[in-house]
Amino acid sequence: MTRLETAGGLIGRTVERVEDAGLLTGRGRYIDDLPVRRDTAHLAILRSPHGHAEIRAIDTTAARALPGVVAVLTGEDVVRLTRSMTVGVKANVECWPIARDRVRYVGEPVALIVAENRYVAEDALDLIEVDYETLAAIVDPEKALAADAPVLHPSLGTNLINERNFRYGDPEAALATAAHRISIRIAYPRNSCTPIETYGVIAEYDAAEDAYDVTANFQGPFSIHAVISRALNVPGNRMRLRTPPDSGGSFGIKQGVFPYVILAAVAARVAGRPVKWIEDRLEHLTASVSATNRVTTLEAAVAADGRITALSWDQLEDCGAHLRAPEPATLYRMHGNMTGAYAIENVSIRNRVVLTNKTPTGLNRGFGGPQIYFALERLVNKIADKLGLDPLDVIRRNLVPADAFPYRTATGGLLDSGDYQTALDRACAEGGLEALQQRRDAARAEGRLYGIGYAAVVEPSVSNMGYITTVLTPEERAKAGPKNGAQAVATVAIDPLGSVTVKVASVPQGQGHRTVLAQVVAERLGLAMEAVRVNTELDTARDAWSIASGNYASRFAPAVAGAAALAADRIRARLAAIAAGQLNITADRVDFRAGKLFDRDNPDNAVSFGRVAAASHWAPGTLPEGTGQTIRETVFWTPDELQAPTAADGINSSLCHGFIFDFCGVEIDRTTGQVRIDRYVTMHDCGRILHPGMVDGQVRGGFAQAVGAALYEEYAYGGDGSFLTGTLADYLIPTVMETPEPLILHHETPSPFTPLGAKGVGEGNCMSTPVCIANAVADALGVEDIRLPLSPSRVSEWLYGEERPPTKPQDAAPVATGASGERMLTGSGSAEVTATRDSVWAMLLDPNTLKAIIPGAHEVRKVSNTHFRAEVTLGIGPVKGRYRADIRLSDMVAPEAVTLSGGTEGALGSGRGTGRVTLTETATGTRIDYRYEAAIGGKVASVGGRLLDGAARVVIGQFFQALARHAGGGAPPSAPAGLLQRLVALFRRRR
Amino acid sequence: MPRMNAARKHPVDFTLNGKAVRAEAENRMLLSDLLRHEIGLTGTHVGCEHGVCGACTVQIDGKPARACLTLAQQVRGSDIRTVEALSPDPAKLSRLQAAFRRHHGLQCGFCTPGILMSLDALLREHPDAGREDIREHLSGHLCRCTGYATIVEAALAAAEEQRKEEKPNA
Repeated sequence: MTRLETAGGLIGRTVERVEDAGLLTGRGRYIDDLPVRRDTAHLAILRSPHGHAEIRAIDTTAARALPGVVAVLTGEDVVRLTRSMTVGVKANVECWPIARDRVRYVGEPVALIVAENRYVAEDALDLIEVDYETLAAIVDPEKALAADAPVLHPSLGTNLINERNFRYGDPEAALATAAHRISIRIAYPRNSCTPIETYGVIAEYDAAEDAYDVTANFQGPFSIHAVISRALNVPGNRMRLRTPPDSGGSFGIKQGVFPYVILAAVAARVAGRPVKWIEDRLEHLTASVSATNRVTTLEAAVAADGRITALSWDQLEDCGAHLRAPEPATLYRMHGNMTGAYAIENVSIRNRVVLTNKTPTGLNRGFGGPQIYFALERLVNKIADKLGLDPLDVIRRNLVPADAFPYRTATGGLLDSGDYQTALDRACAEGGLEALQQRRDAARAEGRLYGIGYAAVVEPSVSNMGYITTVLTPEERAKAGPKNGAQAVATVAIDPLGSVTVKVASVPQGQGHRTVLAQVVAERLGLAMEAVRVNTELDTARDAWSIASGNYASRFAPAVAGAAALAADRIRARLAAIAAGQLNITADRVDFRAGKLFDRDNPDNAVSFGRVAAASHWAPGTLPEGTGQTIRETVFWTPDELQAPTAADGINSSLCHGFIFDFCGVEIDRTTGQVRIDRYVTMHDCGRILHPGMVDGQVRGGFAQAVGAALYEEYAYGGDGSFLTGTLADYLIPTVMETPEPLILHHETPSPFTPLGAKGVGEGNCMSTPVCIANAVADALGVEDIRLPLSPSRVSEWLYGEERPPTKPQDAAPVATGASGERMLTGSGSAEVTATRDSVWAMLLDPNTLKAIIPGAHEVRKVSNTHFRAEVTLGIGPVKGRYRADIRLSDMVAPEAVTLSGGTEGALGSGRGTGRVTLTETATGTRIDYRYEAAIGGKVASVGGRLLDGAARVVIGQFFQALARHAGGGAPPSAPAGLLQRLVALFRRRR
Repeated sequence: MPRMNAARKHPVDFTLNGKAVRAEAENRMLLSDLLRHEIGLTGTHVGCEHGVCGACTVQIDGKPARACLTLAQQVRGSDIRTVEALSPDPAKLSRLQAAFRRHHGLQCGFCTPGILMSLDALLREHPDAGREDIREHLSGHLCRCTGYATIVEAALAAAEEQRKEEKPNA
């Protein structure tokens, strides 16, 4: 391992973290642990069960009447007190944190309940009645562009909210003259790094000052503070935003808490009391932010030797139902490094942003990287395949040369430093590539499915706050004024007894910022780490901050730690000047070590740090002429390299660019289709390493999440927009059993642009690992169209083709009624009763009988001879809820057959279906045969997917069993459990 | 057990971290909510409320259990231990906690209390636990920060130390 040595210093050492003693003993202070005012009420949110529907009416009467309910707000109540959230592109569209007249994704807030406690608030949710008229939903970004596709926002008139075309160099000529044109098409799925702590907000409104005070586990960027203030219609100084001391992880996701900051703030205002909201896991999976899904076509112009001379990108970005700040940033974050680690001079890019009936997207670790590198590195792999070259040779031939740094990319990025060739060679040698290749050959010789994959990636860090304006045309930018830079801020303060406090606006989410800052500042001031205390809570009313503040874009080590070093250096220079007077030497001879300032040439001539530091407090009159105070120094640092986009759309989107080269070996189980990562090697150049343990922690953590993205995780939607992965039993996160230990290697080339030479390292493996694994799977299977996640069922399809229809004859399927992709349930059964056919027929049409036999029915009303309304309570697995059912009878052939069709609607979801009932006379009475088909959406579809078939079968079976009992047949009434078991057995037999 | 009125609170008596406790809880109140919001011990964290993530793991009569899947009324008469019991003094971490700090077995620390409670029970009941036992036990917990490797190393180190201390001459 190559590492810059810091002689006797603290920087670069794996010291124990100052955060850990508290966290390990249950003394962390996360948002849900903070003390609140005694009159704090709790917020619960009613959410849409539909992917796309008009809201016809909302009846909150019963909810308001529930004891303990303090306030109920609908979309219109929120709209009255707020403004639409700012949208980052020019488009005629509004963006509200709650639905008004239309819901556009499952989980979209529809109403807010404020109540004495969370239990009562959630009770009240069940009492709100919303009348929806469902609309056709669109979940596929390509289909959303079709001329006849349902349009989400009528004011926009289309689902295509933004399109920009870019051209750098002469890509057309390069493509026209290339020896080969090779292209690949990629559909990257939606996933999320899902922190274990969910969102939380505590909001208060001060009516006397018209000011909001909100504590939220928000992570930044604090440019969002401007969006919140504007939405709440107050100046920024009346929107105080604070963050708790500890956060239970974020990985970008907690940027997305901000719409709830607005909702909780308004709820507190209406309720006249502080309001607290803690998101639950179903809400988090359904409605917090995720990465974008993206469809990319990437074409390369390739010379005969594998040199890439041009890239042509066509990216279709799916940002979900609303374009929420800072989107479409996912699409533009990588704009300066769209050529990856390669020297490619000609580039064209078409970027389109489309809206679909899915949850709005936002920050997620890797932010834009996984999507582009999946396309780019799959393409490099394909080029090697097509040209019969070794993929490593294609990579090597195209890497940016080591002597070219700082290297200006075609799209305007400035790659700060690196030696990609050496890093790659070291990785191959130290990571044992040759042995791995032999291992693959041996496995293949035995007939096993084994593949090796590679990925070379540039990891950007410290985002240019101006990069997102690349989405505007040069003319629009000129009108709006240039945006650029990235202010990092750090304060170093010394109290009257000489102890040091560091304050930053970095809002850590568990990475250990306090430890690293103590290392950096203690080293600069010659103190023990314990003498420096670091505070990372942020309070916008009291602390130094700016729009770039927060925890994202891997900016801590390069930017924030650097700003702290600069602040410490300024204080150090003044302390040296003061000490020089006391020691009777010149300032340049003053050195700092072990809590003392001393004469470098005569260490016995020394004075204590505390004594020098105290002078500014106790005796400012003794400071040498022209020497400033040493009480507090705040440094704002923004790098000059982060310029606004040029007139030609060139943009240096990030300050630092680390390098990663990964390779891995995977084996695929021929029987199950399971992908096993046999070996994984990851080489990182993240500049100067400040804390090796934390750097490796970032690499391992990102790697584990990337393994999840590659093999298990996807936010899955049905064709009707229903969300299908609402529990952690459906959205599969790798446990220790699925997470291999990668070999981590480092090669350090310090960044010339950052104060400490450090670069970001937090996100790289989320960019490199999914495609590295995919390339290995492609190598093992010889399949080109690799889609993530690489679940056993998907891999089995490639191994064996699509599942064949069963050979045994099945019941003819009932007429299909569901939209494609909707979760459909079908079933059939029969029951024998002793009653005559006519009396059974009469029962089916009688509301009193129906009330007695519909499972969980409270009330059945006859609207007409062929139309009934019912209120029922149904439990499916752990989820019990109240539903309103609307049933119509048709195709009636009295007394032989009838079709029941209808829908149910409730807090837990919705369903609709049809069933055909036929009555046949038998020797002993009547046989009732039924066949049904149902589609289910909303919460039950999200959490109960795997339970639904069985549960529906039982419920429908209960109905007919009760009918049979009522008609003098079937089982006599008995204990529910016994009945249930018998029913299950009965229907198993009859299937 | 007598039928209890769902609309009001009922007393629950149990032992919490070695001390007798009397709390009041509605029938439907979760143990996790009772510990955190009624008693004020916020070290037990809630990550999913459906028993998958393991952050809320406490020990009920010595066995690891999900506090989010346990009703407060179910622990009458039980002996409950939470992460706060592992070291009363943060200046003096337990063997297991110290190993976590040394090996960087945590980042955000949100899943950590549950993991500590599971491993604490494992190392008490199976002092000879090896890597595979530890991994098996940890598979009931989700951690999004660490990638698990350092957690396994910390647990192995703590187990090794425990064995040395208990059999100093072995």
